[in-house]
Amino acid sequence: MKSDLTKILETKLIREPDVFYFKLDAPAIARKAKPGQFVIIRLNEQGERIPLSLADINPDEGTISLIVMAVGKTTAEFVELKTGDEISDVCGPLGQPTHIEKLGKVIVSGGGFGVAPLFPIARAFKAAGNEVVCVMGARSADLLIYEDEMQTVCDRVLVTTDDGSKGTKGVVTVALEEELKKGDTDLVICVGPAIMMKFVAFTTKNYNVKTMVSLNPIMVDGSGMCGACRVSVGGETKFACTDGPEFDGHQVDWDLLMSRQQMYLSEEKESFEAWKARHAHLLETS
Amino acid sequence: MAEERKRRKLIPNRTPIPEQDPKKRGSNFKEVSLGYTTEQALEEAERCIRCAKPQCVKGCPVGVQIGDFIELVQEKNFQGAIDKIKETNILPAVCGRVCPQEDQCEKLCVVGKKFEPVAIGRLERFVADWERDHGQKTKPKVAKSTGKTVAIVGSGPAGVTAASDLAQMGHKVTVFEALHEPGGVLLYGIPEFRLPKSIVAEEIACLTDLGVDIQTNAVVGKLMTVDELMEDFDAVFIGSGAGLPNFMGIDGENLNGVYSANEFLTRTNLMKAYDFPKFDTPIKVGDRVAVVGGGNVAMDSVRTALRLGAEEAIIVYRRSDAELPARAEEVHHAHEEAIRFELLTSPTKVIGEDGWVKAIECVRMELGEPDDSGRRRPVPIKGSEFQIPVNVVVMSIGTGANPLVPQSTKNLDLNKWGYIVADEETGRTSREGVYAGGDIVTGSATVILAMGAGRKAAGDIHRYLMGEPEPEVETAAEVKNQP
Ligand SMILES: Cc1cc2nc3c(=O)[nH]c(=O)nc-3n(C[C@H](O)[C@H](O)[C@H](O)COP(=O)(O)OP(=O)(O)OC[C@H]3O[C@@H](n4cnc5c(N)ncnc54)[C@H](O)[C@@H]3O)c2cc1C
Ligand SMILES: Cc1cc2nc3c(=O)[nH]c(=O)nc-3n(C[C@H](O)[C@H](O)[C@H](O)COP(=O)(O)OP(=O)(O)OC[C@H]3O[C@@H](n4cnc5c(N)ncnc54)[C@H](O)[C@@H]3O)c2cc1C
Ligand code: SF4
Ligand code: FES
Repeated sequence: MKSDLTKILETKLIREPDVFYFKLDAPAIARKAKPGQFVIIRLNEQGERIPLSLADINPDEGTISLIVMAVGKTTAEFVELKTGDEISDVCGPLGQPTHIEKLGKVIVSGGGFGVAPLFPIARAFKAAGNEVVCVMGARSADLLIYEDEMQTVCDRVLVTTDDGSKGTKGVVTVALEEELKKGDTDLVICVGPAIMMKFVAFTTKNYNVKTMVSLNPIMVDGSGMCGACRVSVGGETKFACTDGPEFDGHQVDWDLLMSRQQMYLSEEKESFEAWKARHAHLLETS
Repeated sequence: MAEERKRRKLIPNRTPIPEQDPKKRGSNFKEVSLGYTTEQALEEAERCIRCAKPQCVKGCPVGVQIGDFIELVQEKNFQGAIDKIKETNILPAVCGRVCPQEDQCEKLCVVGKKFEPVAIGRLERFVADWERDHGQKTKPKVAKSTGKTVAIVGSGPAGVTAASDLAQMGHKVTVFEALHEPGGVLLYGIPEFRLPKSIVAEEIACLTDLGVDIQTNAVVGKLMTVDELMEDFDAVFIGSGAGLPNFMGIDGENLNGVYSANEFLTRTNLMKAYDFPKFDTPIKVGDRVAVVGGGNVAMDSVRTALRLGAEEAIIVYRRSDAELPARAEEVHHAHEEAIRFELLTSPTKVIGEDGWVKAIECVRMELGEPDDSGRRRPVPIKGSEFQIPVNVVVMSIGTGANPLVPQSTKNLDLNKWGYIVADEETGRTSREGVYAGGDIVTGSATVILAMGAGRKAAGDIHRYLMGEPEPEVETAAEVKNQP
């Protein structure tokens, strides 16, 4: 019955062993999508719907790019896909785009896969005439992604590693604070794990710099129909898929977000273990 | 013939319908009601006295020729009966199962004045099922291509009906559906045990047979706007439903374990969480589930919870039994399945522990003066707060207008609740060539009303596309501008 499969045009290992780049043939989405938006994908008929941010948008070519980090069953299954494979469902663009305007100096700050969606955001702020500084962090040098890409669209890229294997030793907020101290930052945009966004928001609060964070709660439809993605911002319940995913980081209830992200931990584990067991068997026989 | 039948003696009680044993069905998702056998259908059809002026038809929002179809059943002409129904209702297998007949056709049935009304819905379902099992689906005639194109937003009953009618009139129809499968609430909301998904799939297949192109994963307002659709199509019909879930705004509502009914049912029906881990989407049920609300959606949620393994599934409803808005049959089935009803009870907060629901605190209510809806307003009884220990709470207190389409469309008049203003008879909105119908206009209503709205709009869209003269009707804008 389904005829609208989406083809994978290109795959690339971004970081050993679990972060991959995918370019998808999605002309209609590419025509409309803006930085800061995401898609919801479902790999196959048994699949779950999961949100993934747009890591690049190319309307001329009719493509969108995603960066997928294998953390559980669906993402692990995703990164197994090869060029030429097809995905059952790709729905988007979803969410509100990042509000791009000329402000002066904008810091984009990311961790984990979050650096990837920052790429089109940084590029757009740069094109709008801003000074764009990227502050990115990872545990160690080999875990950093997208540094080179960021260099191409930012005025400066500051790197931190927890173990000091590259850039400043320490967490992202250390380098961020140095930059904030200069007092000329107009906006910080942060995409990454909830815990990182929480600390970035705490840090910028001291400097009174407006900070937008891209929230990543569990989603189902992504179009405002289910309420799975509820977050609390400024004491009000919002749907991250339609009201967000970007919100004022100083108003987010982080504990609620992190608690809700863990709602299905035991089921996720069960599903992933079952998949790995099936998968190991396939690998053996192939 | 009618004369002859009238003399027949009235048979007081309706023919019972076979159902799955309540004890067994609580642990499966198979359909509860098994439907009449041919003998039972004939027996029930005999109860219809073929009134000269059938009142039942007046109760049917789309005017199904009930007397005529039942007469055909009496004559064992089942194909004739289903064809008769399909003249006015393209989804009889659905409507026979989910229409609130007791408030519509069966409410006005003359036999029902003294005895139980004729079981019109069950007969409608019987002939629809008969056709699927035996009949040759009568292929609808498709008119010669008009060269006109229509975009339909949403594939619920409103969109499906409009699409089917317009395709038969010879227009090229494209349906845009946000989810990955078409069907609307019939698919993601109403559970398998009440409306098997194979039936919905067949209805959708009829659409594709008519040459309708269905594009899934297409969120209008995001992937394209209605304004953009108007550039590519000659007309647009919006049937995007009332899918925005309401919450109560009480403390603890964002705890883990609190769902909207939409999420709870979507995970189960659309994503097949009942078959986890074969299907990837998980759902939490726990031993004790409270469902807040008293409509069809609440009944579906509470009975779904039971089937997902809850030991106790509880309805918490602020008014009394008499006001439960759900179909009578669903309430009856829920009672049979040992669903606990906490009536005249309203939640005051959800109590949590380590981020998870632990209990729901409620207050007892009493009925006071009638409110705007004519129902007596429930008022809390001071000091009557008590707790019900539960692991999961499902909020089923209604839905609102999803703003994606209305707010991304220029110059589209909305009412104060955000629903699209559209003329009741024609579906016309404040924008020329843009039509709307179903829940996105009326707020959450019924399948048959949504279908009716789709059909009326299709009629006017056809007139508009073919440049036929306007019938004398007020447009939505005129209605709205009246003092
Ligand atoms: C707006 C948004 C953008 C995102 N962008 C990216 C991206 O660009 N690249 C990327 O690798 N990941 C992204 N994610 C996260 C990604 O959706 C999850 O990693 C993925 O759903 C995990 O599924 P899984 O089956 O592999 O793992 P699981 O083991 O099922 O889940 C691992 C964790 O991921 C989260 N998660 C699980 N299911 C969902 C769901 N349906 N929706 C959201 N989160 C879920 C939960 O917190 C869970 O604990 C994004 C999430 C959101 C909300
Ligand atoms: C659980 C439940 C049980 C019910 N039980 C009954 C019953 O027993 N009897 C009865 O008569 N009625 C019942 N109803 C009500 C009935 O289902 C609805 O009134 C009816 O489905 C409305 O039809 P519709 O076509 O207007 O909208 P819907 O059925 O809601 O369909 C709208 C469609 O539009 C899609 N959509 C929304 N936004 C967009 C967008 N931006 N772009 C593209 N597509 C979009 C949605 O995904 C959906 O598929 C029930 C409802 C629910 C939720
Ligand atoms: S469509 Fe509904 S109201 Fe009309 S006859 Fe059938 S069951 Fe009755
Ligand atoms: S994901 Fe369903 S409302 Fe946001």
